[in-house]
Amino acid sequence: MTDIPAPRHIPDRLDKPLSSAIFSWEALLVVVAVAIFAINSFASPYFLDPYSLSDLTYNFTEKGLIAFAMALLIISGEIDLSVAAIIALTSTMMGMAVQAGAGTPVLVAIGIVVGLGCGAFNGLLVTRLGLPSIVVTIGTMSLFRGIAFIILGDQAYKGYPESFAFFGQGYVWWVVSFELVLFLIAAIVYWFLLHRTSFGRRVFAIGNNPVAAQFSGVRVGRIKFILFCLTGLMSGIASVLITSRLGSTRPSIAQGYELEVITMVVLGGVSILGGAGSIVGVVLAAFIMGLVTFGLGLLNVPGIVMSIFIGLLLIIVIALPIVWRRLRGNR
Amino acid sequence: MKAFLKYREIWLAAAIIVLIGLISTRFPAFADPGNLRQVFNDTSILMILALGQMVVILTRSIDLSMASNLCFTGMVVAMLNAAHPAIPIPLLIVIALIVGLVLGAINGLLVWRLNIPSIVVTLGTLTIYRGATFVLSGGAWVNADKMSPDFIGFQRAAFLGIPVLSWIAILVIGLFFILMTRTALGRSIYAIGVNPTASVYTGIDVGRTKFIVFCISGMIGGLAGYLWISRYVIASVEVANGYELNIIAACVIGGISIAGGIGSVGGAVLGALFLGIISNALPVINISPFWQMAISGSAIILAVVLNARGERQQGRIILRKMEAA
Repeated sequence: MTDIPAPRHIPDRLDKPLSSAIFSWEALLVVVAVAIFAINSFASPYFLDPYSLSDLTYNFTEKGLIAFAMALLIISGEIDLSVAAIIALTSTMMGMAVQAGAGTPVLVAIGIVVGLGCGAFNGLLVTRLGLPSIVVTIGTMSLFRGIAFIILGDQAYKGYPESFAFFGQGYVWWVVSFELVLFLIAAIVYWFLLHRTSFGRRVFAIGNNPVAAQFSGVRVGRIKFILFCLTGLMSGIASVLITSRLGSTRPSIAQGYELEVITMVVLGGVSILGGAGSIVGVVLAAFIMGLVTFGLGLLNVPGIVMSIFIGLLLIIVIALPIVWRRLRGNR
Repeated sequence: MKAFLKYREIWLAAAIIVLIGLISTRFPAFADPGNLRQVFNDTSILMILALGQMVVILTRSIDLSMASNLCFTGMVVAMLNAAHPAIPIPLLIVIALIVGLVLGAINGLLVWRLNIPSIVVTLGTLTIYRGATFVLSGGAWVNADKMSPDFIGFQRAAFLGIPVLSWIAILVIGLFFILMTRTALGRSIYAIGVNPTASVYTGIDVGRTKFIVFCISGMIGGLAGYLWISRYVIASVEVANGYELNIIAACVIGGISIAGGIGSVGGAVLGALFLGIISNALPVINISPFWQMAISGSAIILAVVLNARGERQQGRIILRKMEAA
């Protein structure tokens, strides 16, 4: 998705030298998060309760796990719209294995392998054939979910083993769920990968200028392939969590997740044009989205109305620095 | 002859004829003119939407909010009709066009004035417009029995043996053909897609043109809103959920490059027809409709692979036809 060689539309840092630390994107997100947290705690008496806050985390952990890998992919200038379909296909495969009497370790292995396989398929199509990822993954989105529909029809797979329920419902310590622990570990791993390794540096380089990256010895195709594999893998892991939490598989599982994941990534300050972004931003954005949906849920606001707030939040947070800078520029 | 075969539309049309041929070996009545007319009518709404999406994609943008716009506008006209059945249908269509235009203009303004990438803007408005539908309707449905007979009957009425819905599609196709091939705006749209920087130097206002294409896709979304609701006679928040990607898929199959600048009205129409034939044919040849997604997914991937090869060969010169002459 190349565009006019104009300045980056989504700045990760605002211009002024002194304000750069205080007015970073992450700081803006922290302010938004604190504000929503405060509003929530005033709006509902049930909000400030450890168990209630623990429930809150389920609103973002699964999508957040995918958002980390998606952030790297979008920074490299690609996108994956098929993540929700990968969840559906992986969950269907796990369902089939359960019908054949598979145990928990096999199910987890299937989740990882199928997710990885789907990601590799996307990666091969994009890198080997040089196709635009947005259309490839619209295609594989229909393809993967289509296969789930062919296998399942209008049926549902149930009967997951008892021990399998731990992944989506279990607690590691007190109110800290397994999903939250996994989310935090993934956050640290991806932060390290993106901000502290040469791999991460190359991801940024590819996003900023793929041709220059190629000429400076970065294997652009291979890195993009790895990123697609990672996104598939994270979708597979998310599928294990969701399937375990719901205890059943339907072909319509995780419908519409792809857009929520992308919203999370963009809200986190990752430039949709590639080349800029941070994992801290994505963690904060995931938390904000969880807060918004959970807080509104406590107020009995229907899910479809929450989406208005998420959409508005996305546009306002993106537009805010642009408007602010323009106002300062005019002065 | 060789120059003739270079056009993707010819290949796509051939693929569609082969598809119809294959289907009719299993179910001969499919190729019957009456049935094909029916298929065209069933695909009309997708064709109209694909044309609206096409002008946006040509300028290197994307409109993900089209299906939500359709849903919102459809709800507006359905509720208006339920409350005031006396409003004539042509006026309702004008209202639908205006509501759609306003929603499209919001997208366009954000893209034009704030320079936010269109994919982000329309990702946001996708959820906002659908949520707004819920707020507007309070979650209630508008059923067939609340709609006036005119509201439902208008697009079904036959004119010269063809339903009004098909005539509307033909009219829209004609208008888009004129827009893209005979107007300065059409040329600007192609030029921006091929090379935005060069377009600026030739005096094209890129931002304003993008605003206009979003207004066009918004109006198309609004028009499709009325058509969809009066065809499937139910207005709810769930209408056309996820359909935005079908619209883009029709464009992609029709050879419209997601990178902008390449595509034609004929391609968008044929791409939509291709998807329409698949969804119409599966039940009659006894394939489970559950196969539909997988088949259209494969078709999209195949189309993209072929497109990518085509683009490499042809280069990206917009005035190819004139040079050849």
